[in-house]
Amino acid sequence: MITEIAPAPERVEPRPAKSRGKRRAWDEVPRWHIYVPLSIYLLFTLIPFYWILLFALRPAGSTSLVPWPMTFDHFEKVWNERAFGTYFQNSVLVGVATLVMTTLVALAGGYALARFDFRIKKAFMLALLCTQFVPGALLLVPLFEIFANLRMINSLASVIIAETVFQLPLSMILISGFIRNVPYSLEEAAWVDGCNRFTAFRIVVLPLLRPGLIAVGSFAFVHAWNHFLFALMFLSDQSKQTIPVGLNTLMSADSVDLGALAAGGIIAAVPVVIVFAFIQKWLITGFSAGAVKG
Amino acid sequence: MAQAAAVAKPPAPPRRRRASATPRRLPYLLIAPAALLMLGFIAYPVLSVFYYSLQNFNPTKPWRNGYAGFDNFVQIFTKDTQFWDTLTFSAKWVIVEVGLQLLFGLALALIVNQTFVGRALGRALVFSPWAVSGVLTSAIWVLLYNSQTGITRYLADAGIGSYGTSWLSDTSTVFPAAIVADLWRGVPFFAILILADLQSVSKDLYEAAEVDGASRLKQFWHITLPHLKDAIVLSTLLRAVWEFNNVDLLYTLTGGGPAGETTTLPLYIANTSVDAHNFGYASALTTVAFVILLFCSMVYLRLSKFGGDEK
Repeated sequence: MITEIAPAPERVEPRPAKSRGKRRAWDEVPRWHIYVPLSIYLLFTLIPFYWILLFALRPAGSTSLVPWPMTFDHFEKVWNERAFGTYFQNSVLVGVATLVMTTLVALAGGYALARFDFRIKKAFMLALLCTQFVPGALLLVPLFEIFANLRMINSLASVIIAETVFQLPLSMILISGFIRNVPYSLEEAAWVDGCNRFTAFRIVVLPLLRPGLIAVGSFAFVHAWNHFLFALMFLSDQSKQTIPVGLNTLMSADSVDLGALAAGGIIAAVPVVIVFAFIQKWLITGFSAGAVKG
Repeated sequence: MAQAAAVAKPPAPPRRRRASATPRRLPYLLIAPAALLMLGFIAYPVLSVFYYSLQNFNPTKPWRNGYAGFDNFVQIFTKDTQFWDTLTFSAKWVIVEVGLQLLFGLALALIVNQTFVGRALGRALVFSPWAVSGVLTSAIWVLLYNSQTGITRYLADAGIGSYGTSWLSDTSTVFPAAIVADLWRGVPFFAILILADLQSVSKDLYEAAEVDGASRLKQFWHITLPHLKDAIVLSTLLRAVWEFNNVDLLYTLTGGGPAGETTTLPLYIANTSVDAHNFGYASALTTVAFVILLFCSMVYLRLSKFGGDEK
């Protein structure tokens, strides 16, 4: 978790202004200008996290502000009685399948966009950008109808397809940006050495894309893991539902079991925290390479 | 199979032009899976929404189904007060939420862009809510806001406010309560994007400004802000569209209540189609929402100078 996000440009150290002390360099902000607002913001960020841990670990009915005596009853209850074990499996399946499908399809499309000029390229790019403004939430009814016709309602496949489709455009734009950063001449050199296009891509380009693909794949996984509406709409069977739907069920009960809700929330957060810690390094560079600059 | 083709054709003559190594159909084959998925599951649903918006279509009242012309739209703009209420609330929600997220995100990015002890840990911690889902955010804030053992109880213990208050079920406090919950998750998004852009400001500019005796505020105003402008404009627009469409948080946190106080337009559409089964009318509402979004996306494309010769 404690990794530098992007290589911080080293500052030129010997600077006479420093010793004179009159004029302040840009980076010599008074320390309290940094630590005071940062600490206040950190409190705002961390108290909610502490709160959910507190509720998950202290016994039901306790009002203590420290989770002591500690109990894991809530976890056991939510995992077994509230079927979070099943939800967890389903969520992992949806997340991993979405990751694999999104990455593969976006890799193929992204390569075409980065390396070829073809007639409908511009129209296709425009379509990709436009889809960012088409919300899945507004298409629930027609999507439901499509999946009903395909007999996929109540099957995880419907959610996997829907998540993949809405992940694709951004992933493809990002990946084509990453591919464009790999010099074409590397590939051409491999052709001259007798590789065909596919082998050249696999041997020369793919290893260089690894950081970018990890970032894109993780985004896809986290999105699919977190997303709620498709699973809520397309999966009615309890044994097919995912973790966000399970959390919603816990919250909409008449009397909310707060301990179970907190424990369920922690279970929902763990994979995301792991992925987040893992991709942090690429997060900022990935964004600045693709998303904002286009 | 691709390999077999290569073996069949001896690799001896070095290909002189790219075109000869590139079968004409290859790019189309490569984008085909993505294009088919998007046609089937985005384009087709969008078209069917347009189609149903001109129909009376309600599976629970099949005797009334049929062509409706523009009746649904007339109803929306002339009789449906809930449409205007939810649209107003959506606008209020988006403006307040995006404005505050931008403000705090910018401040946060500027702070964690400084060099200080513990910067990496500080960044990791302040960015962490970014990855938390809308439903989990709701779960966390339900725990914080609940009337029995939430924040208000401990505040009441300390003599502030009274016991048993729940900010989510009071019409006067639900809006700020929901705003704060969504800010918690939304600020890191802006902070990350702006920080990414801050990395590319040339240090020479600041050095030069310093030599000229410009104050830090002036440096921020004349160097940092102009540099960030594009990133700010684009992320603000993207975020605005995203906040407009985002249903997860409000659906699970307030359910649009109390008394419809926090129902956004998409939430109203979802209720119309899912609970009332009035698909025709919901499709017309969706079409109206699309037009609003289309306007935003045109501004977005304009600002991102799409179609220029970027390569």
